[in-house]
Amino acid sequence: MTDLKLELKEKIIEQLNLEDVSVAEIGDKDPLFGEGLGLDSIDALELIVMLDKDYGIKLADPKEGKQIFESVETMAAYITSKKAG
Amino acid sequence: MSEIYLSHNNVVSNYGFDSLAAVNEIKQEKSSLQLIDDSQILSKPVCTSRMDTEKLKEAFALLNPRESYTRLEQLLIVSLEKTIKASGVPLNERVGLLISTTKGNIDVLDTQNPFPEERAYLTVLGDKIKDFFGFQHEAMVLSNACVSGVLAIAVAKRFIQQGTYDHVFVVGGDLVTKFILSGFNAFQALSDAPCKPYDKDRVGINIGEVGSSVLVTKNPNALAKESVVVLGEASCNDANHISGPSRTGEGLFRSIESAMKQARISASEIDCISAHGTATIFNDEMEAIAFNRANLQATPINSLKGYFGHTLGASGLIETIVGMHSLHQNTLFCSKGFEELGVSKPLNVIGKTTQKSLDIFLKTASGFGGCNTATIFKKVAS
Amino acid sequence: MATRYHIEQYCRITNGRISKNGALVFESAETEFSAFIKTAYKTLGIAYSKFFKMDSLSKLALVAADLLLVEEPEKNMALVFSNNASSLDTDRKHQQSIQDPDGYFPSPAVFVYTLPNICMGEISIKHRLFSENSFFINNRFLADNLFDYTNSLLAMQKAEKVLCGWVDFDHGKYDAFLYVVAKNGTFTHSKESINQLYQTI
Repeated sequence: MTDLKLELKEKIIEQLNLEDVSVAEIGDKDPLFGEGLGLDSIDALELIVMLDKDYGIKLADPKEGKQIFESVETMAAYITSKKAG
Repeated sequence: MSEIYLSHNNVVSNYGFDSLAAVNEIKQEKSSLQLIDDSQILSKPVCTSRMDTEKLKEAFALLNPRESYTRLEQLLIVSLEKTIKASGVPLNERVGLLISTTKGNIDVLDTQNPFPEERAYLTVLGDKIKDFFGFQHEAMVLSNACVSGVLAIAVAKRFIQQGTYDHVFVVGGDLVTKFILSGFNAFQALSDAPCKPYDKDRVGINIGEVGSSVLVTKNPNALAKESVVVLGEASCNDANHISGPSRTGEGLFRSIESAMKQARISASEIDCISAHGTATIFNDEMEAIAFNRANLQATPINSLKGYFGHTLGASGLIETIVGMHSLHQNTLFCSKGFEELGVSKPLNVIGKTTQKSLDIFLKTASGFGGCNTATIFKKVAS
Repeated sequence: MATRYHIEQYCRITNGRISKNGALVFESAETEFSAFIKTAYKTLGIAYSKFFKMDSLSKLALVAADLLLVEEPEKNMALVFSNNASSLDTDRKHQQSIQDPDGYFPSPAVFVYTLPNICMGEISIKHRLFSENSFFINNRFLADNLFDYTNSLLAMQKAEKVLCGWVDFDHGKYDAFLYVVAKNGTFTHSKESINQLYQTI
């Protein structure tokens, strides 16, 4: 789980072109959208593609994304639960 | 300053080879959208409207082409040929050509496409159209996302008023391609079923494909019977987000206000609105807010996306052309797909095709990049 | 008509050099565009939160526009841009992501830049310009149509000023030339002076 969170932080920085943001600056529970990393609607769509491409998980309903992409912790928990299932 | 008219026009679509072929079916509230299962364009069935390839080839062959032309070039040429012929305007040095497209021959980027990649450059497309007809000036190409078609009319008008040209032929089109569908699908914006603009159950857009053309001219003689005068036009950016519609409808509201100011008319003088109405949740909501801010909530309004789908660079052009016929026939066309209002502000969406005396209509469009346009047209008194 | 308006300011970005009103403001030996524009962005002290998410065409246009707009109080300014390659550099990227059925992962963040006018949207957001945008495609820099169109916008009071010019990015090559047309300014707004300013870099 810790490795997965680290991996997610690296991927988020790379995929979403977060220049000048380091892994250490993203807390596990920090909100990704709004006040947190300041991600927007295009980033949310990009995270859906990332789940599919890197973890083979397709979101049945894009609206699910809101909870899943709340923080790195919620993303990691979702991926872990999908893999276990 | 002389008045500028929109005159002879053509729409080549799944409905047929001229504007009336489409208008007559729209009057009967018949959509041209179909469910197509073609893995070459998308891995799942897609609801779209496309010109039949064989019929297009046949129509194009009648024009005796001397080389091979891409599908988009064929669509544009077949449409423009009919408009030029109907207008009787000789293509001399006072005549301009303006092409409205978002992606042009983008399908040639696919490694399986037989045409060279060079054909994807929009100026190459412009040259092909120009040379086919023998226009004397280089084609102007306008590529301004989904407002291109409406903006092109304003651009043509401005060049005529500046004295650059006396007449401008505007031709618009875009293809239904894997390129476009994959992108809108990644945006989670496609609807699997025919779209439902402004409806509470709307889920997204359909992409469609047409070729369309219109003559913009300052010559008040020899006009087509459905001609209109351009009373006012404006285009304003939301300055908010490159893909998300503004939550206050800022750019669209400002465009409408500015167009009304130039037209010197008030909201109550507008008889009907041909809106953008893509049927995405956020676009339709944004439009409802803007129309309410402009005091147009009671004005009959439709979106024609339920008939053609969203035809990108052609959409503003064909919707303007259908609007011209709507005025001429004194008929409000039903906003196909609409049942129950699903936006937060009131709108008078046309639920049924109705006869009504009409004089002035407003055409609007909005697109990626935060762009919006509004243009106001008035029937030419016969 | 030809003498009514003036060119207030202009800038050019090409071949590792950035100049404003004829004076060099940044130079780099960096041959790769992404590294060049990143250094320029930081050196010139430009701040835009979405900068590193943008495609090359938008980065080029945003830096060029910033040189002219950073101290500009007039917000009623239309944007009239032109280029040859439209958004083809990004179009090719999107095509690559869908070409192979096994590696079919179209990216929304790439797709949104497959329109040339997006760069004008970015500039409008950064400088709070609720004004008109038009993007024309020509096979080379052409003053003629830009000149007539700009005069029309100013004469019809569609804008107080117009930021216009050329922003092209294709196969790693870049060229931006933007200028501000207003009622007052240093140079007469004419086709000749526009072409002359484009040449003198």
